[in-house]
Amino acid sequence: MANKRVDMPLMAFPTTGEIVPEPLGLVLIFSSWNFPVGLALEPLIGAISAGNTSVLKPSELAPASSSLLTILVPFYLDNKAVMVIEGGAPVAQRLLDIRWDKIFFTGSPRIGRIIMSSAVKHLTPVTLELGGKCPAIVDTLTSSKDREVVAKRIIGGKWVPCNGQGCIAIDYLLVEEKFATAMVDLLKSTLKRFYGENPRESNSLSRIVNKQHFMRLKGLLNDPGVAASIAHGGVVDDDKLYIEPTIMVDPPLDAEIMIEEIFGPLLPIITLKKIEDSIGFINSKPKALAVYIFTRDETLKKRVISETSSGSVTVNDAVIQYVCDTLPFGGIGQSGFGRYHGKFSFDTFSHEKAVMRRPFLDFNFRYPPWNNNKLQFLRSVYNLDYFKLFLLFLGLKK
Amino acid sequence: MEFLHIDKSMEELRESFKSRRTRSVAWRKSQLKGLLRLLEEKEEEIFRALQEDIGKPRVEAYRDEVAVIKKSLDLSLACLEEWMASKKVRVPIIAFPTSGEVVPEPLGVVLIISSWNCPFGLSLDPLVGAIAAGNAAVVKPSELAPASSAFMANNLPNYLDNKAVKVIQGGVSVTEQLLDKKWDKILFTGSARVGRIVMTAAAKHLTPVILELGGKCPAIYDTLSSSMDTRVNLLKDQIKKSYGDNPREISMTRIINKHHFQRLRSILKDPKVAASVVHGGSMDEDNLFIEPTILMNPPLDSDIMTEEIFGPLLPIITLEKIEDSIEFISSRPQPLAIYVFTKNETLKKRVISETSSGSVTFNDCIIQYVLDTLPFGGVGQSGFGKYHGKFSFDAFSHEKAVLRRSFITEFSFGYPPWNDYKLRFIRAAFSFDYIALFLLFVGLKRS
Repeated sequence: MANKRVDMPLMAFPTTGEIVPEPLGLVLIFSSWNFPVGLALEPLIGAISAGNTSVLKPSELAPASSSLLTILVPFYLDNKAVMVIEGGAPVAQRLLDIRWDKIFFTGSPRIGRIIMSSAVKHLTPVTLELGGKCPAIVDTLTSSKDREVVAKRIIGGKWVPCNGQGCIAIDYLLVEEKFATAMVDLLKSTLKRFYGENPRESNSLSRIVNKQHFMRLKGLLNDPGVAASIAHGGVVDDDKLYIEPTIMVDPPLDAEIMIEEIFGPLLPIITLKKIEDSIGFINSKPKALAVYIFTRDETLKKRVISETSSGSVTVNDAVIQYVCDTLPFGGIGQSGFGRYHGKFSFDTFSHEKAVMRRPFLDFNFRYPPWNNNKLQFLRSVYNLDYFKLFLLFLGLKK
Repeated sequence: MEFLHIDKSMEELRESFKSRRTRSVAWRKSQLKGLLRLLEEKEEEIFRALQEDIGKPRVEAYRDEVAVIKKSLDLSLACLEEWMASKKVRVPIIAFPTSGEVVPEPLGVVLIISSWNCPFGLSLDPLVGAIAAGNAAVVKPSELAPASSAFMANNLPNYLDNKAVKVIQGGVSVTEQLLDKKWDKILFTGSARVGRIVMTAAAKHLTPVILELGGKCPAIYDTLSSSMDTRVNLLKDQIKKSYGDNPREISMTRIINKHHFQRLRSILKDPKVAASVVHGGSMDEDNLFIEPTILMNPPLDSDIMTEEIFGPLLPIITLEKIEDSIEFISSRPQPLAIYVFTKNETLKKRVISETSSGSVTFNDCIIQYVLDTLPFGGVGQSGFGKYHGKFSFDAFSHEKAVLRRSFITEFSFGYPPWNDYKLRFIRAAFSFDYIALFLLFVGLKRS
């Protein structure tokens, strides 16, 4: 909350300048259903630290969490300054009619557009945390220890975060052709270790959130080209809204599963002649929230960082960047704009007001009527040409 | 015709950015130096264009436009490598040997739309930031300043990489076509009305925008041991000193066009407003001249007190005590700037903490524009986003988070199948409870 002094050029002495953070006012936070408590309260922490009053609109697709927040927040917080408002689309529309000082949205690009368009009315600044197809480049690794670690981290980045229903969850893999079979085998055996022979009975996997998303994911698998590429899994249970962790090798690139964000337990593996081709592949798609790269090749790491664009890049792990809050968390392009986490949350809900204090000390050359002499003064000031300024004052330069 | 020309330009710009040419330090510096040369070699022409468009006196053209851009160029050239460098961030020990850094990267192809009152400054100052950050860019100068717009369109290609930096001229229909395209960022300076149009178009492509709007910037004028009459007379005297007995004859910026002239004239036509004029008031439609005019307490619900004036009319609102100015300002939309002339430290503190605006300047005006260690931007109705100095570089950059993990450290408690024991590990890790972690590892703490 503290003011920050800024440097002033000597020419402006004794002017002082500082940046004063102030709250924006009344803010609106929309959260998504996959991390319903986290995506509501994490931004709220930033909003409160920055001194704002807030409204939380949790996703109606996570009704138990939404209700819990509605009951608990007033119990623990100042309920005239922090409110939870529940409901679906009509409630959201009504909320968007009101004048907010900031809107923070986590969700899909489709709704993000609606939010931003609504924000236009009152010229409200927005932060949009969207998603995208987060790719994981997996280099051909020779060490079996490395391979084990990578397999764990890939599963940790795909199925562990809410069964693939995460904005930074791994969407698909990019591997060299020669490594594909080994990759599938590694994943299969690690999946078994994590979720047992029959993942349907594991209590370590989140469910698909609802029938609509279940049908959507089932639809992705129904594409014949996709179904034919299944290398593991594929079992679907309509009653339990269960889809087995499924791996495909080279589904058609124009199939929906390779165009839309999957947001589910389906993992396509795309094979390439050489791993460097992954860079061109990634660049041919919209920018994602995260790019993952598993490799020991320093050159490849550097190339991925400088030749692709994404919200973030994580080397040799996945999803874990979320908890490192000295790093900003946010997207670019289709994955959104704005950022938060750590101090970035405070900043996102603040206005950094510029404050300048000037002395009464004054100079004629600042004011009309204009003439060449005054122009000379101004030139020396801007050029920080103290010597010339001195001469002008003495009248030695005219 | 315009349609094809814009499409072709967009293709060229995308190609240029994709080729990675705009990312190199060499390219950025060559462009910034090119702009410097343009300002040096063509200064007189720039002054002439501004004189033609809006009657801006040479000294103001230098001080408010050319010099400001040059200052930004000098700063960017001096600091470019520093700004482009990745910045390491601290990572908690528990994550050792993980390392994290923030890597600035350009956004891509950006659009800058500028206003007519400061046509060079508001076009080229943002462009400095866009180029320094490594983007390809289009500048769309205001068609209401046609000489300046034409100058930029004709001259920039001679000094800059014209496949990566373009000036596209035109009015509403050209702007609409431009706004239809997919940009990686749009920086707009202008009115709230057009700002809304820009933001609506940007929403289609999820393009982040900066809106530099305006507002009614108030100046609080504390008593400073002189009466109101004295102060009004002081103002009258200063006007005379600056502009002579007959300001119409001196070089003074004109009203930009008939539309704005008529807008300002009708503001003054309101009888109650006209009655409150204490100095000036004369107008000359042929020369688009309105005399510096001072009004004393025009009605608070008149247009002059509800709309941004954007002209040479200065209402003075009197209050019982100067502290009432805080409530007066806070009950109105947040302006781009608040000015306070006072020696009263308490009043200064109260204004800072009890009002909200883009900026606050004490005992001076406007000058915050050139001190670029301070961010320049609005809040509320005066806009959002900021630029100037390094803030311009940041405005056109994406700060990419990069996390590097090692293969060495690997803990099974991070993976399913889940159980209470692993939960304890995870709790200890998040609490940085190293002792609990150690005990859990050693098996001394079990579920």
